[in-house]
Amino acid sequence: MLSIQHLNVEFSGKLAVRDTGFSVQPGESFGLVGESGSGKSTILRTVMGLNANWNGSITVDGVDVRKAPRKQLAKVVQMVFQDPYSSLHPRYVIGQQIAEPMKINGIANPERRTAELLELIGLGARFQFRFPHELSGGQRQRVAIARALALSPKLLLLDEPTSALDVSIQAEILNLLNRLRKELGLTFVIVSHDLAVISYMCERLMVMRNAQPVETLTREQLRSGAIAEDYTKALIAAA
Amino acid sequence: MSVTPDLVDDPKRAVRAARWAEFKVFTRRFMRNPLGVLGLVIVVLLLLCAAFAPLLATHDPYLPSLADRLAPPSATYWLGADELGRDIYSRIVYGSQLTLLIVALVIVTSAPIGLIIGAVSGTVGGWVDVIFMRITDVFLAIPKLLLALAFVAALGPGITNAALAITLTAWPPYARLARAEALVVRNSDYVNAVRLAGASEFRIIVFHVIPMCLSSVIVRMTFDMAGIILTAAGLGFIGLGAQPPLPEWGAMISTGRKFIFDQWWVATVPGIAIFTVSLGFNLLGDAMRDLLDPHLRQRK
Repeated sequence: MLSIQHLNVEFSGKLAVRDTGFSVQPGESFGLVGESGSGKSTILRTVMGLNANWNGSITVDGVDVRKAPRKQLAKVVQMVFQDPYSSLHPRYVIGQQIAEPMKINGIANPERRTAELLELIGLGARFQFRFPHELSGGQRQRVAIARALALSPKLLLLDEPTSALDVSIQAEILNLLNRLRKELGLTFVIVSHDLAVISYMCERLMVMRNAQPVETLTREQLRSGAIAEDYTKALIAAA
Repeated sequence: MSVTPDLVDDPKRAVRAARWAEFKVFTRRFMRNPLGVLGLVIVVLLLLCAAFAPLLATHDPYLPSLADRLAPPSATYWLGADELGRDIYSRIVYGSQLTLLIVALVIVTSAPIGLIIGAVSGTVGGWVDVIFMRITDVFLAIPKLLLALAFVAALGPGITNAALAITLTAWPPYARLARAEALVVRNSDYVNAVRLAGASEFRIIVFHVIPMCLSSVIVRMTFDMAGIILTAAGLGFIGLGAQPPLPEWGAMISTGRKFIFDQWWVATVPGIAIFTVSLGFNLLGDAMRDLLDPHLRQRK
C-alpha cells in the first residue's frame, strides 16, 4: 500500500530524514515512534507532498507520488493532523469543511455524504452547522477524521492524532479509528511519541532517532521485550 | 443555538442561521464597548446626514446672498454664513455627501486591490511575492499626500481624481497586511488539508486565505477612513480636491482662513465637522480591532 525507499528530506541544509525506508501492507496499521524532532512527522508530510526538498522513492498503492497528479493521490491517501485546534478553518461550519474535498473532486451529493460521514464518526448530522469553536477538541478531531475520509481514501496517515487531547478522549478517538479501520478496510500509518498508543493501535512499528530508523518491531516483539537496540529499551523504560 | 431537523433538509438556510447566530454574538460584544458605540453613532449620523441632506438643510448650499456676507450664527443662519452669504450649516450637511463619496470611492477601490495583491503574494510566494512586494515598497516610500498631489496635478483637480489619487497611495498598506496574514495561513493545517484534497491555488486564495485576511483588512479600513477624510480635506484645502462651489469641508476651511480672526465660524465649523467624523471613524476602528484583530483575539 505504501512503500518508501532511501528517503532523504532536507530542511534548509539539514537532513530531517536520512536514508529511511519501510513498507506497509494493505489493511495493516504501521506505527512510527520516536522523540520530537526524530523526523517521523516529516515522513508523513513528505508522502502528502507538503515538503518539496526530498529524494528517494515513495509509492502509494503502486503509484509514484512524484508523478501522480494531486487529485488522483487525494483519493488514495489522506492525512489527519496533530492539532485539531488548527486543522479546521475557523470561518466555515464543519459541514462545509467536510464537503469541500468532495466539491473539489466533483463527487456527487456532497451534502448527503457529509451527513453520512458525521454519523459514521459518531457526531450526528446536526453538527454540520456548527462552527469549529463550538466544538471540543475531541469533537474537532472527529471532524478532521471525517474530512480525511470524505474522498474514501485507502490509506490514512495519522500525525499524533491524540496527543493534543485529554487522556479520556484519547481512548475514544483511538477506538473510533480502530472501528473505522475494520469497517472501511483502511490502512493506517500512525506517528506518535507514545509507545502505549502505538502498541494499542499497530501491528508493526518502526523506532526512529535523529532522522534515522533504529529498528522495526512487531507488536508481539514489543510486548514480549524481544528488542535488539538499547535505544528502544530506553524508550520503553521511559514510557 | 439549536438546530431543528428541518434545517438539516435545508442546508443553505441552516448555514445562514449559523452565521446569523455568530453575527449576534459579535453585535453583543460590540455593544459592550461604549466608545465604539459612540463612533458607530457618529458614523451612522454622517450617513443619515448625507442621505437626507435636502430635508435637513435650511438653505440652498450654492445660492449666494451678498447682504448676509459673513453673518454670525443666528436663528436664520444656525452656524453663520460664509463670504458669499451661503448658509454654513446647509453647506456642511451637503458636504457630508462629498466626504462619504470620496471615502467610499477610495475604500471600494483600494481595499480589494491591496487584499488581492497581498493574498496572492503571500500565498504563492517566490518571484510573484518579490515583484508585488517591491512595487508595494515603491509606493510606500513616497509620502502619501505628496504622491496624491502629484497625481491630482497630473490628472487635473476634481473629486474623482482626488479619490483616484488617494487610492493609489492607500492600497499598499492593505497589501502588506494581507500578505502578512496570508503567510501565516498558507502553511496552516486547515489550508494544507484542502491542499491535500486537490484544491487549486486559486481556490485556496479565494475561499481559504482571503476570508482569514478580511478581519485585519476591515479593521485597517475603518482606521483608514479617518485618514482618507483628512487627505481629501487636505487636497480640498490646497484647491486640488473638490472645486468651488462644491461644499467640500477642506475647501470651506481654505476660504474661511482669510477671515479666521474676525469671523472665526467660517473656518471653525467645517474644522469641527472633519474632526468629529475622523474621531468617529477612529473610535469605530478601535472597537473593531478589539473584536476582530486575530492577534488580540484569544484562541477559542
